[in-house]
Amino acid sequence: MNADLPLPVSRTSAELDTSGGGSCGSCALNNVANLEKLGLHSGRHDFVVALAGNPNTGKSTVFNALTGLRQHVGNWPGTTVSRAEGAYRHQGHAYQVVDLPGTYSLLSTSNDEDTARDFLLFGDPDVTVVVVDATRLERNLNLVLQILQITDRVVVALNLMDEAQRHGITVDARHLARELGVPVAPMSARRGHGIPELLDSVAQVARGGTAPRARVRQRLAPAVERAVDALAEQLVAEFPGLANSRWVALRLLEGDVSTERAVRDGTLGDVGRQHASRRDLVTAGQATS
Amino acid sequence: MTLDELPHDAEAVVTSLDGSGPERRRLMDLGLLPGIAVRAERTSPLGDPTAYRVRGSLIALRRSQARGIHVEPGVRTR
Repeated sequence: MNADLPLPVSRTSAELDTSGGGSCGSCALNNVANLEKLGLHSGRHDFVVALAGNPNTGKSTVFNALTGLRQHVGNWPGTTVSRAEGAYRHQGHAYQVVDLPGTYSLLSTSNDEDTARDFLLFGDPDVTVVVVDATRLERNLNLVLQILQITDRVVVALNLMDEAQRHGITVDARHLARELGVPVAPMSARRGHGIPELLDSVAQVARGGTAPRARVRQRLAPAVERAVDALAEQLVAEFPGLANSRWVALRLLEGDVSTERAVRDGTLGDVGRQHASRRDLVTAGQATS
Repeated sequence: MTLDELPHDAEAVVTSLDGSGPERRRLMDLGLLPGIAVRAERTSPLGDPTAYRVRGSLIALRRSQARGIHVEPGVRTR
């Protein structure tokens, strides 16, 4: 009911074509991008990159272009139902990429969107790449703004630029980047266009080079601010290591039923711990380098 | 009028949303906010659900959901 009506178009085969080439470390494109696709690569990595976005914006196509994997892609919402992980190396750093199911919002999630929301909130990725559909930018920006409220380590991948062009849509990416305060990389993942620029933006944010300054911060009334602080403090006391406790506190103040349930039955702690332990593994891996 | 009364192929602008909680939030996350243009684009045989064009996307709504969305018809925004 909440998804777009599926409009089957024969785009899938084209996407699969460009997503291949996992062993193509010597391709001209890859050399230009300084990209070495590492496929599944379960070893050490320096940074964790989350791929988020509305359903059907091409997240998995971007994922395949970066990792050389052949994660299933399809031109309909809901193709990715659980998260997939892969890796690539760029300018000497190894990146773990987490491809998340599409989601319209961090607030009103359906069951299949919970995976994405939980990882973005509690997985503490070094960089969150929000893949947006250039032909439906206005609608896609809802999620971008919500993600900017929890982190400013964001790169916006302005995907499907070829399709936008076909529809006579032009997007002023530089202006958009100024407005949002984070890098915006125009691209057409299925044609391999814009990948080098995306990699550079991700690298800059990961290494703290560009220091993105998200300009869209939620301003709260002082009384609400105090309530959020007090509640967040209690949440952290109850669930040590919980990321984004202020976000959780805001949901509780809104009377969000699923958040209340997660706090009451303790599953909030499980989610936090699960991602925290994953984080420890990453750190341990780095320590042995 | 409410969105469920909007004739096929007609356009309107959302003025307000009834209700509260997750369902209202969901509609807003799908792009249904005051000031936004909607068009009744596809209707199923019994008129329930109906697909609306919102910000370039098609969104299918049950009649009961459309009834909670207030619109001002006849405004051509784009």
